[in-house]
Amino acid sequence: MCDQTFLAVVFGPCDKCSKEKPLRAVYIKSEQLSYCSLCVEMMATEGLHENETLASLKNEAESLKGKLEEERAKLHDVELHQVAERVEALGQFVMKTRRTLKGHGNKVLCMDWCKDKRRIVSSSQDGKVIVWDSFTTNKEHAVTMPCTWVMACAYAPSGCAIACGGLDNKCSVYPLTFDKNENMAAKKKSVAMHTNYLSACSFTNSDMQILTASGDGTCALWDVESGQLLQSFHGHGADVLCLDLAPSETGNTFVSGGCDKKAMVWDMRSGQCIQSFETHDSDINSVRYYPSGDAFASGSDDATCRLYDLRADREVAIYSKESIIFGASSVDFSLSGRLLFAGYNDYTINVWDVLKGSRVSILFGHENRVSTLRVSPDGTAFCSGSWDHTLRVSAGSTCLGCFFSVMV
Amino acid sequence: MPCLRKMERMIVSMQDPDMGVKMRNQRLLITVIPHAMTGNDIVEWLIQKYGISEEVPAPAPPESLHLGNLIVKHGYIYPLKDPRSLVLRADESPYRFQTPYFWTSTKWPATELDYAIYLAKKNIRKQGDLIEHEKDNYNLLHKRINHTWDFVVMQAREQLRAAKQRRKGDRIVIDCQEQAYWLVNRPPTKNMDYYKREIEYCRKAMARTRVKSSICLEGYIKFNEQYVPHDPIMSGCLPSNPWITDDTTYWAMNAPTVPTPTKLRVERWGFNFSELLADPLGRAQLLDFLKKEFSAENLSFWEACEELRYGEQSRIPEIVDSIYQQFLAPGATRWVNIDSKTMERTLEGIKTPHRYVMDDAQMHIYMLMKKDSYPRFLKSELYRNLLAEAVIPPETKKRVFPFMRKQRHSSPSPALLLPAGDTEERSRGPAAAPVPEEES
Repeated sequence: MCDQTFLAVVFGPCDKCSKEKPLRAVYIKSEQLSYCSLCVEMMATEGLHENETLASLKNEAESLKGKLEEERAKLHDVELHQVAERVEALGQFVMKTRRTLKGHGNKVLCMDWCKDKRRIVSSSQDGKVIVWDSFTTNKEHAVTMPCTWVMACAYAPSGCAIACGGLDNKCSVYPLTFDKNENMAAKKKSVAMHTNYLSACSFTNSDMQILTASGDGTCALWDVESGQLLQSFHGHGADVLCLDLAPSETGNTFVSGGCDKKAMVWDMRSGQCIQSFETHDSDINSVRYYPSGDAFASGSDDATCRLYDLRADREVAIYSKESIIFGASSVDFSLSGRLLFAGYNDYTINVWDVLKGSRVSILFGHENRVSTLRVSPDGTAFCSGSWDHTLRVSAGSTCLGCFFSVMV
Repeated sequence: MPCLRKMERMIVSMQDPDMGVKMRNQRLLITVIPHAMTGNDIVEWLIQKYGISEEVPAPAPPESLHLGNLIVKHGYIYPLKDPRSLVLRADESPYRFQTPYFWTSTKWPATELDYAIYLAKKNIRKQGDLIEHEKDNYNLLHKRINHTWDFVVMQAREQLRAAKQRRKGDRIVIDCQEQAYWLVNRPPTKNMDYYKREIEYCRKAMARTRVKSSICLEGYIKFNEQYVPHDPIMSGCLPSNPWITDDTTYWAMNAPTVPTPTKLRVERWGFNFSELLADPLGRAQLLDFLKKEFSAENLSFWEACEELRYGEQSRIPEIVDSIYQQFLAPGATRWVNIDSKTMERTLEGIKTPHRYVMDDAQMHIYMLMKKDSYPRFLKSELYRNLLAEAVIPPETKKRVFPFMRKQRHSSPSPALLLPAGDTEERSRGPAAAPVPEEES
C-alpha cells in the first residue's frame, strides 16, 4: 500500500470520510473504492491491523507451545513400563457380571455410586433417573426429568440427594425422600444454568457445592442452596465432556476434558487453569484421577487411554492396541490404581495394567456401546452402563498367588 | 424471549419512514445501495427516542452505545465495513437492518445443514479462500454430515445460480445479510482473547518447576506396593467379596463405626495422614490421642474450616464468626497455636469473610498435625494396641450347594437416617452422620 504511487487526479468526496479531497483508488476485498490519503493511512493501520494481529498471535501461541513441549521433554529420563519391569506381573484375570440392573427404557448415559458402596444412581436418554440398591437390584427412587438425554448424574456424599442434568442446560438437585406422599420432583432445586447441554456434574466434599461441565465450553462451581455461581472456568475451545475432582489433601483442584482434545487442570479457588495437556487426537470423553492424586487418566474417541503425570507435567503412558479402533467412553481406576477399566464404543470393557501398559483382559457382556463405568467406593466391584438399556455390576479378581480367590 | 420481542419493536420503529433513523446510500463503485445508515445516526436516534442522558462516568460506554451494541450483537443491525466485528461504532461506519427472515427470534433454527450450505456456497464463490475458523468448520461439517454432502453441494450451486438472476444491488444486500446472520449464529471461537490466554498460559507453564520422570514414576511403584493388598479386585477381600458370595459381612465389618476394625484398615491409617483423616473411625482415634496430648483443638479447628470451605454460601459469615470465637479470639476456650504472621493475616481477612479466608490457618494446623502429631500417633501405644487387637476375618467357607443363592438382604438407605427436616445434619459429609450397621 505504501509504495503505490499517487496517480490520482480525481477530486471528490472520499468514500470513507466524505470530505472533498484528492482521491486514491483502493481495493478492499476485490472491490474498488476511492479514499482520500488520510483515510488510506488510517485504513492501513486499522483494518489490516486486526487481521495481522490475530495471525501473529496465533503464530506466537504455536511457537510458545512448541518451546513448552521441549522444556517438558528435557526431564523425561525414563518410561513407565521400564520402571515397572520389576513389578510382579498380573495373573489370570476373572471378572463376571454379578448383577444386571434392568429397568431403563432407553440408553443408559451416566451413573454414580453412593458412599454406602451399594447404591447407585443412573440416568438415561428417555429422561428417567433411577436410584437402585444394586446389591438387591431393587429400585428405590425414580424421577422423570422434563428433558431427554440426561447425560450427567451424581450422588451426594451424604447419600441424601442426587443431581442430574442434560439437554435442559441445567443441573437440578433432588433430595431423596421415602415419604409416599411427596413427589420427588416437587422438592427439586435448579442449581446450575448453562447456555448449552450439561455433560458432567459432581458434588464436592459436601452436599452443598456442585461442579458442572457443559457443552458451552465452560465448567462452573455452584452453591446448591442459593443456586449462586461461585466460580466459572473458561479456557476450553469447545464442549467440555467430563470432569473429576482431585483426591488431594487440600482438595482444591479438578481436571476437565473436552472436544478440543485438551485435558485441563483447574484451581477451584481462583478459576485459573494450572496445567493443560493436549496429546489426544480426538475428543476426550472421560477423565479420572489416579488414587494418589499425582496423575490422571483420560479416555478418548481416538481409541486410546492415556496417563498424565501432574508433577512431571507430561503424558507418561498410552494404553492402546491396533485391534482397538472404537473410542473409549469412560475410564476408572481400581482402588490401588494398578488396573484401569475402560468402557469402549465397541461394546467391550478393556482392563489395562497401568504400570506395565499392557492389556490384562477384555470383558464382554454388553450388547451396545458402554457409555459409563465407575468402580465402587471400596473397590469391590465396578458398574458399567450401556446403550443396551442395562447396568451391570461386575466383580472378580486377579490371582496374584498370595491371597485366595473366591469364586462360587 | 421477551427481550427479543422488545428489540424487534425498537427495530421496527427505527425503520419508520418519518420518525426512524436517517437513511443514506452506500456507494460501492458504480452500485448504489439504499437503506444504509451510519453508527452516529443510530446512536443519536436512540438518545432522542428514549431520552437517554449521556452523563455516565468514563470509561463506561454511554447507555445509548451499550444498547446499540446489544442490538448489533443479536444480529438485528449489521455493520457493512468490518462485518466480523459485531460492535456499534458511533461514527460514520455504515450499518444496515437485518431482514426479518434472519431475525434471532424467528423460529428458523440455524441447523448444521444450513450452515454447511452457506459455507459450501462461499467456498465455491471464493474458490477455497475461506477464513480460518470457517475452514475448520467446513472440514468438521464435511466429516460430520458427510452422508448428505452431495445434497449440500447441490443446494449451494442452486442458490448461487438463483442469485445470479438478481440485480447486483439486491445480490450484495442479500449476501451481506446472510453473512451477518452466520457471524451472529456461528461466531469464531478462536478469537484474539483465546490466543492471548494461550500465550499467557504457555509463559506461566514454561516457568513451572517440573519433577524428573524417574522420580514421579517411582512414586507409582511405591503406591502400588502399598495399596495392592488393599485392593479387593487385585487381592480379594476377607471374609468374601459381597458381590460374589452375596454375603455382606465384609461391609458390616468395615462399616464407618465398628467396635473392632480390621487389620487392613488399621494398617491403612499408617500410609499417610489423609488416610487417617478420611476414615471416621481413624479420625475418632486420632481425636482421642490428641486429647491426651492436649492438642485436640487442632483437629476441631481443621474440621470447622472444612465446614466453612464446603458449606452453604449464606452461612459463611456465621461460620467464620463461630470459628473466630471458638479458636482464634484472644482467650478463646480452644485457642489454636498459629504463627503470628498467619494469625495477623487471618484476623485481617475475617473482616471481609469469604469461603477461603481460613485457608492459610487451616493449612498451618494441618501441616502441624501431619508433621508432628501424626508420627507420634503412629508410634503411640494407642495405635499399637489397635493394630494388635485388629481382626483378620476368616475366609468364608465355600458353600456346599453353590447353586442355592443366599438371600440378599437390603440395607436402610442413607436418606432415611435422619428426620426429613434435618437437612443441615444430613448435608455434612458421611464422617459426621452415623451410618447404621448392615444386617447380616
